[in-house]
Amino acid sequence: MTSNLNKLTISEAHKRLRAKEFSSVELTRACLDRITAVEPKLHAFITVCESEALAQAEAADKRLATADAPPLCGIPLGIKDIYATRGVRTTCGSKILENFVPPFDATIIERLRAEGAVFVGKTNMDEFAMGSSTENSAFGPTRNPHDLARVAGGSSGGSAAAVAADECLASLGTDTGGSIREPASFCGVIGIKPTYSRVSRYGVVAYASSLDQVGPFAKSVRDAAIMLRSIAGVDRRDSTCSARPVPDYERALSGDVAGIRLGVPKEYFVEGMEPEVERAVRSALKSYQALGAKTVDISLPHTSYAIAAYYLIATAEASANLARYDGMRYGLRVEADNHVELYNQTRARGFGVEVKRRIMLGTFALSAGYYDAYYLKAQKVRTLIRRDFERAFEQCDLIVTPTAPTTAFKIGEKTSDPLQMYLSDIFTISVNLAGLPGMVIPCACDSRNLPIGLQIIGAPFGEEAIFRTADAYERSGAFKRREPVI
Amino acid sequence: MASGPYEAVVGLEVHTHLMTRSKLFCGCSTSFGAAANNNVCPVCMAMPGVLPVLNRRAVELAIRMGLAAHCEIAPRSIFARKSYFYPDLPKGYQISQYELPICKGGYIEIPAEGNGEPRRIRLVRIHLEEDAGKNIHEADYSLVDFNRSCVPLIEIVSEPDLRGPEEAGGYLRELRAILRYVDASDGRMEEGSFRCDVNVSVKKRGVAELGVRTEIKNLNSFRFVEKAIEYEVNRQIELIDSGGRIAQETLLWDTDRQVTRPMRSKEFANDYRYFPEPDLPPLMVSREMVEQVASSMPELPAARRARYAAEFSLSPYDANVLTAEREVADYFEAMIPGLANRKAAANWVMTEVLRVVNETGKSIAEAVPKPDQAGALLKMVEQKKISLNAAKTAFAAMCKSGQSAEATVAALGLAQVSDDAAIAAACDKVLAAETAKVAEYRGGRDKLFGFFVGMVMKEMGGRGNPKMVNEVLKRKLAG
Repeated sequence: MTSNLNKLTISEAHKRLRAKEFSSVELTRACLDRITAVEPKLHAFITVCESEALAQAEAADKRLATADAPPLCGIPLGIKDIYATRGVRTTCGSKILENFVPPFDATIIERLRAEGAVFVGKTNMDEFAMGSSTENSAFGPTRNPHDLARVAGGSSGGSAAAVAADECLASLGTDTGGSIREPASFCGVIGIKPTYSRVSRYGVVAYASSLDQVGPFAKSVRDAAIMLRSIAGVDRRDSTCSARPVPDYERALSGDVAGIRLGVPKEYFVEGMEPEVERAVRSALKSYQALGAKTVDISLPHTSYAIAAYYLIATAEASANLARYDGMRYGLRVEADNHVELYNQTRARGFGVEVKRRIMLGTFALSAGYYDAYYLKAQKVRTLIRRDFERAFEQCDLIVTPTAPTTAFKIGEKTSDPLQMYLSDIFTISVNLAGLPGMVIPCACDSRNLPIGLQIIGAPFGEEAIFRTADAYERSGAFKRREPVI
Repeated sequence: MASGPYEAVVGLEVHTHLMTRSKLFCGCSTSFGAAANNNVCPVCMAMPGVLPVLNRRAVELAIRMGLAAHCEIAPRSIFARKSYFYPDLPKGYQISQYELPICKGGYIEIPAEGNGEPRRIRLVRIHLEEDAGKNIHEADYSLVDFNRSCVPLIEIVSEPDLRGPEEAGGYLRELRAILRYVDASDGRMEEGSFRCDVNVSVKKRGVAELGVRTEIKNLNSFRFVEKAIEYEVNRQIELIDSGGRIAQETLLWDTDRQVTRPMRSKEFANDYRYFPEPDLPPLMVSREMVEQVASSMPELPAARRARYAAEFSLSPYDANVLTAEREVADYFEAMIPGLANRKAAANWVMTEVLRVVNETGKSIAEAVPKPDQAGALLKMVEQKKISLNAAKTAFAAMCKSGQSAEATVAALGLAQVSDDAAIAAACDKVLAAETAKVAEYRGGRDKLFGFFVGMVMKEMGGRGNPKMVNEVLKRKLAG
C-alpha cells in the first residue's frame, strides 16, 4: 500500500495523508529511499537533509492528526540550494559558499515551514544560477533522468531532475532567464516562473535582482497551482514584492479554454531549432484548437535583441550582487598578507569560470565611458521588448511558444562554447526582461524519448489564465508525462 | 587671507548621520557606543539573499532638511549602487542616490557678521545614503565593526559659493543649527556623525572663470575644515604667484603637520560603476507627504533671528547668539512672558545661562533652572524687589539647589527693602554715627554722598532699595 508513495502528486498525497492511508514519515521515507537509490547516478541534490526531513515529517503527522492541515503539510519538497535555510548549509552551487550555514530563512522557506512542508534536501544548480545545464555547479553536474548522458537543464537542474525522478513531490527553483522553464522542458515536468514581484525574493541568493523570480516545479498543473499559492504574496522584507492579493489558482482549473486567443510569435520559430521541437509545439496548438481555443499569429519584433540585452543587464547586476563574497564575514576565505590580496585569492579560488566571466562582463558594462553604450542601451531594449508584449496582448490572451530550441543536450556538449550555451535561453529570456509569467508543460517527446516543453506566457499577473490553459491541455490527455528511465 | 588680487572659491560636501532609531535599510538600532557588532543583522551584514527596506523616518528627516534649506523635494528619486571593495563595506557597494536625489537646489543663509546683509550659499542637492562599518587596525591584524553599517546619512552638497575659511565656518555652523532645529541630526561631531569633503580653487578677483580645483577629503571637524581651506588657498596662491600650476587632485588634511598632501592613487582610484538599485523601487514622495512634513516644521534659525530683531528690538548679534541653538532660543522665549525688558532677558541668557552651560558642559535643561524660574527672578528685578546682583547670587544658588526663585530669594534674604520707615531708620543711624562726615558734607564735600549710601546699604545687608536710599539720604542730609 505504501510503495511508490514518492510518485504521488501533492493533491493525491494530501488527500491520502488526511485520510490516514499513510503518514508523512512514510511518504518522506519513500522519497529518501528513492534519493538513496538514484542519487549516485543523478546527483540532483547538493545536500540531503534526512534527519531534518524526518523530524519535519513527524511534526507534520501530529498536525495532520489534529487541526485542518494546509495542502503542503507533510509534503516532501526539494529546495534549490539558492534559498537561505536556517541551520542548513546554502552553497548556491559555489565553492565560495561551500560551508555557509545561514542564520535565517528565506521568506518563502519560512512560509513553507509554517505550512508544515518537509524539506528532503537542497538541490543542485549552476553556480549562482549562472548557466543553462547545471554543469556550472561547483559540485558536479546533475544528469537528466530520461538520459543520464544528458543535462537536466539549468540553472535549476537539480530541482527539475528531482521531481522528474520522483525524489520529491515538488520542488522550488528560480528563474532569471529561463532557469525554471528550460530544465522543466528538458526533464519533462511542470515549471512556472511567476510575474516578477509575485513571490518574495528575500533570502534568495541574488543573481540579477531585476530579473530573478521564484517558482515551483511539479508533476501536475494543479500541484504547481498549490505551490504558487502557498509561496506568493506580499513581504515587508522585499520592497519589490507586489501587495496584490494572491488568487486561489486551483479555482482557475476549469478545463475551459473555449474562445481563448493563443498568440503564436513568428520570431519564436527560428533557424537552428530542432524540427521535432517545432512539430511538437505546432501539434500542441492543434490540440488547443480542438479544445476550442483560437490561435493568432503575432509578432514580437525585438526578440532578437533579448539575449544581448539580458547578458548586459543580468551581468551588470550580478557584478554588484556578487561583490559581497569577499572572504570577510562568511564563506570561503583564502588568507593573504593584505586585504586586497585576500579578496583576489578568495574570489579567484571561490568562483568558477562562468561566474568570473559574468562578473567581468558586468563590471565592464557598468564602467565609466561604457555605461551609456551598454547598460543604458540594454535598458532601452528592455523597454522595447516589454512594449512588444504589451502590443501582442492586445491581440491575444496568452502566448504559446517552444521553451528551448532543442531537447536536452549531452553533458559537455556546449561547455566549451558559452555563446552556444547562452542560445539555450533564446525563447525564455524575453519573458524575464518583460517581467511576465511563463509556464512550461511537457507536450511531447522527441525520437530519442526526450521531453519537449511547451511555454505558455501570460500578461502581468496573468497566472490564472496560464494555469487554466495548461490544465486543459493536461486533462485532454494529448500527452502523458513519461516515466524517466532512471 | 585671499587678499590682494585673488579670491577663494570653496564648495563643501557635508555628510551627517540622520537621527533615526533604526538603520536606513533594516531594523537594527542606530545607538552609538554599543559593543562591536551588536547592532547587526543579516541585512546590514550583507548575508546572501537579503534585501534592503527603506526607513520612512529617514525619508521624512531628509525632506525636513530639504524644506529647511529651500530645496525642491523630488516627487520621484532613485537609489543607486556605488561599487567599491573595502572590508567595512559589506555588500561591496553603498546604496546611495546618484542621478535623481531626493532634494535639489535650495540655499543656506549665513547670518552676516556685524550688521551687513546675510549671505546665501546655494545648494546643489541633498541625498540619502547608508554609512559603512568601521575598520579597527591593530598591530598585525584588523577588525571590522558593522554597528555603523547601514546607518542613514544625508550628504549636503553646496555650490562653490563660499569665499574662504571664515565663511565656510559660518556655513557649517548654520547648517548644524538647522540640522538640529529640524531634528534631522544631533550635530555631535565627535561621534563620527560629521564628515566633510572640500573643493577649493582660487581665481583672480573680478574674473568669471574658475581656477583648477583640488578636493580635500574626509575632514571630520569644523576646525579642520577651516584650517585646511586656509592652508590650501594660501598654497594655491603661492604656487600661482611663483609661476606654478594647480593640479586637479585629491588631497588629505594631515592633522599632525597641518598641511594638505596628495592621496596615494590607490586611496581614491575608483570607478564606482553607479547603476540604479534594482532592490528598491523609485522613492515616490507625494505632495501630501511634503505638506505634512512642512506643517510640522519648527521655526528655523533665520526666521527666528529676523523675528527677534523685529519683535524684541534685539541687535543682529544678540539674535545670532540666542538662535544658534534651538534649546537656547526656546529657553529665551519661555523666559520672557511677563517681562518688560527683553534686552535684559537676552543679556541674562547670553551671560548667566550660557556661562553655566559652558562651564558645566551639560545641556541647558540639566545645567540651569527652568526658564520660568529665571523669568521670575528677572521679574523681581524689574519690580525692584531684588537687585540685579542679588538675582545673580540667587541664580547661582538655584543652579545647584533646583529651588524656585521665590524660595531662593527668601532663603538667602535677598529681597529688597523698600519700606520708608526702615530706610529712614537706617539712614538716621548712619548719620548719627558719622556726625563729623555729615558736617564735612554739609560744608560742601559732595563726594561724601557715596560714602553715606554705602554705609546705609551695609547697614541694610545690601537689600535697601538703592533709589529710595538715595532719596531719603539726600533729604536727610539736606535737612
